[in-house]
Amino acid sequence: MKKSILSLLIAGFGAGALSAGDWPQFRGPDSNGIVNDAGIPKTLGDKSVSWKIDLPGRGISSPIIIGDKVFVTCSSGTDQNRLHVICLSAKDGSKIWERQFWATGRTMTHQKIGCATSSPASDGRRIFALFSCNDLICLDLDGNLQWLRGLTRDYPNASNSLGMASSPVVAGDTLVVQVEADSESFAAGIDVKTGVNRWKLDRAKKANWSSPMVYKDAKSGRLVALLQGSSGLMAVDPKTGSELWNFDQGSSTMSSATKVGDLILVPSRGLTALKPGKEGFPPEELWNSSRLSPRTITPVALGGKVFSVNGSGVLSCGDLESGKRLWQLRLKGPFSASPIGAGRFLLAVNEKGLVQLVDTEAAKGEMVGSVNLKDVVIGTPSIANGAFYVRSDAHLWKLGG
Amino acid sequence: MKIQRHLLAIVVAAALPLTTADAANAKRTKQWLKAVNAVGAEGQGNEAASKAWRQIASLNGDSIPAILAGMKGSNELAENWIRSAVESIADKELNGGGKLPVAALKKFVGETGHNPRARRLAFELIRRVDAKAAEKMIPGLANDPSVELRREAVQRLMDQGAKQLAGGKKDAAAKTLGRALDHARDLDQINSISKDLRGLGQAVDLPKHFGFLMHWSVIGPFDNTYRKGFATVFPPEKGIDLTAEYDGKDGRVKWTELVSADEYGMVDINKAYPGNIKEVTAYAYTEFKAKAARPIELRLGCKNAWKVWLNGELLFGRDEYHRGMRIDQYRLRGELKAGVNTILVKACQNEQKESWTKEWQFQLRACDATGTAVLAENRPPTPKAGGKKTASLR
Repeated sequence: MKKSILSLLIAGFGAGALSAGDWPQFRGPDSNGIVNDAGIPKTLGDKSVSWKIDLPGRGISSPIIIGDKVFVTCSSGTDQNRLHVICLSAKDGSKIWERQFWATGRTMTHQKIGCATSSPASDGRRIFALFSCNDLICLDLDGNLQWLRGLTRDYPNASNSLGMASSPVVAGDTLVVQVEADSESFAAGIDVKTGVNRWKLDRAKKANWSSPMVYKDAKSGRLVALLQGSSGLMAVDPKTGSELWNFDQGSSTMSSATKVGDLILVPSRGLTALKPGKEGFPPEELWNSSRLSPRTITPVALGGKVFSVNGSGVLSCGDLESGKRLWQLRLKGPFSASPIGAGRFLLAVNEKGLVQLVDTEAAKGEMVGSVNLKDVVIGTPSIANGAFYVRSDAHLWKLGG
Repeated sequence: MKIQRHLLAIVVAAALPLTTADAANAKRTKQWLKAVNAVGAEGQGNEAASKAWRQIASLNGDSIPAILAGMKGSNELAENWIRSAVESIADKELNGGGKLPVAALKKFVGETGHNPRARRLAFELIRRVDAKAAEKMIPGLANDPSVELRREAVQRLMDQGAKQLAGGKKDAAAKTLGRALDHARDLDQINSISKDLRGLGQAVDLPKHFGFLMHWSVIGPFDNTYRKGFATVFPPEKGIDLTAEYDGKDGRVKWTELVSADEYGMVDINKAYPGNIKEVTAYAYTEFKAKAARPIELRLGCKNAWKVWLNGELLFGRDEYHRGMRIDQYRLRGELKAGVNTILVKACQNEQKESWTKEWQFQLRACDATGTAVLAENRPPTPKAGGKKTASLR
């Protein structure tokens, strides 16, 4: 895994300014929710909390970590129309800078969430913060504004009254966004330097909260962006938006695809393993399992196994090669956040703030530690430089590190 | 003597270019602000704005009021560009041990002709460095053009009213809370104040406070099978004739009156066409007599697919079903003409069968940009329903 991340970094996955320990976007450097174990806590307890800080607003976005800085987004105000991008010291959680913006799009969401739903992304030089109201803000790491987009101003019906939540992803010098709703939908590749569209694709008019991801094709060496939606999974060239291949068997509009090795695990008819082949041809379907369905939560693959957690807290382990379910372990639910993995360990945080660490190499999985943060946690945690980061509507914690 | 002459020369040399430099700086700042204010759709103007932003952000704290003044007439994107430049300047100034120009900022907040958001930001900067000064300003902001500024002043009145109430001063409390309601624009505050006032035996006309349109003529159901009715142009879209009859989904349809008696202006179309029918479309029509031409915001809440026309012009439409609704969910900007204006709403119901998809309804109010109700000259008295969320056929 370490090799995989480093090779992507060296290849200029972002802008070449990222370090190996960074967590630059939703579900990490490879959008698959995993890193090597690099000093992460092997057990958890009350003493695992390195620091805890108050946040000025609500949010379910994941924090991202670049070097010694943590970036987190929030929303506040009576209508959640004040948007915050905050930079903190990873060392002690102290605030380095904060920028606020007025929402230009609709801020209405389900009451369970605020407007800071999408996780920010970074190319190591810039932060791209997308909110439910479709305001897209680019700042440098020192808080200097680079550009702004009001995507609801540009595309007025591409919003969802329950809220938007797809997180953007960086592919070279392009930021890939999916803004998909019942009344208007699109995906776009946006120039990271100017904020101008390189391309824009009309997408199915169907609410979609899943996030795009990017990988480097082993054969061609080119970056590939995956756009997931109700109709399936489409691979596009992130530079042009041109279609490379399409899997049209439908997929979840909530949980996102993940990639491990040369496999893509897509939440389709449960969970389906795909192996991309020639450009222009649909990927080979290796297996499909309804017993490993990730429902609304994105799966994780570790050590030749794949793990899905359902909303009530049943962790299912499957064999990555065959898709056969190997064992199940009941965690304490309910869950909204997706699990993340480091080495042999899986970190899952339930909605009540109970952080649970599972050793996935134990015979049927074993809970090796937990810490109760006693707060509502909906957002997916992050890992960077040997520490876990968990956020609620009111707080951000660093565990270990 | 020689030294004195030298000093004098330095002073003169320093003074004269300073004035010129100030003017030049002011001119450059205006040019930079112009570049920022030119940002538009799809990233248009971003590159020039980014260059100008760096120049603006390099200015010192004393320049903040002039920069904020540049927000006048800005679009929402430019407002954010300018806001972040000001925040950056303030950080730089304060982190470097400098000060913010509190007196100038207070003056700026007091000048209501400036952009309301710029004034709010000025207030936040004052609060950041001199919380007491900011606190003193709050009571004077109850009727401010900035909704963000007036909120805290309204809260002060609410707190004052509660204190009076707790002290047994019911008349004073009613008067204070009445003022609070006059100025309140946020739903949570309005609800809280209304409850307290009613507890004191005071009448509260919420539909009038909000400017909800309660009296409608409706026609339907037209067909919306496979959700095609949203795009279908049925006769009411071609022209309004309240005496006409048309072919509907299940036979001839004609206009009937539907009056909402809901506190929050909910127009329940299911009341006009009972049975929680599905895959149907209806239209609601009303007339709004304006004293003079003026800009207007029609604010809609609707969980069905909908379109709204003002004087025959389509303001907006949206084919989203059952994702939720709230007051002021959509803000539609238009222009009222003097005299009678026509408002037509199309509301579509889809095929979903779940219990939470039964609603076929909307709530529409007319107000200005601050949310202050704009009342029609021909507004009928508010129907009395005792605060129940119901609607009825008249």
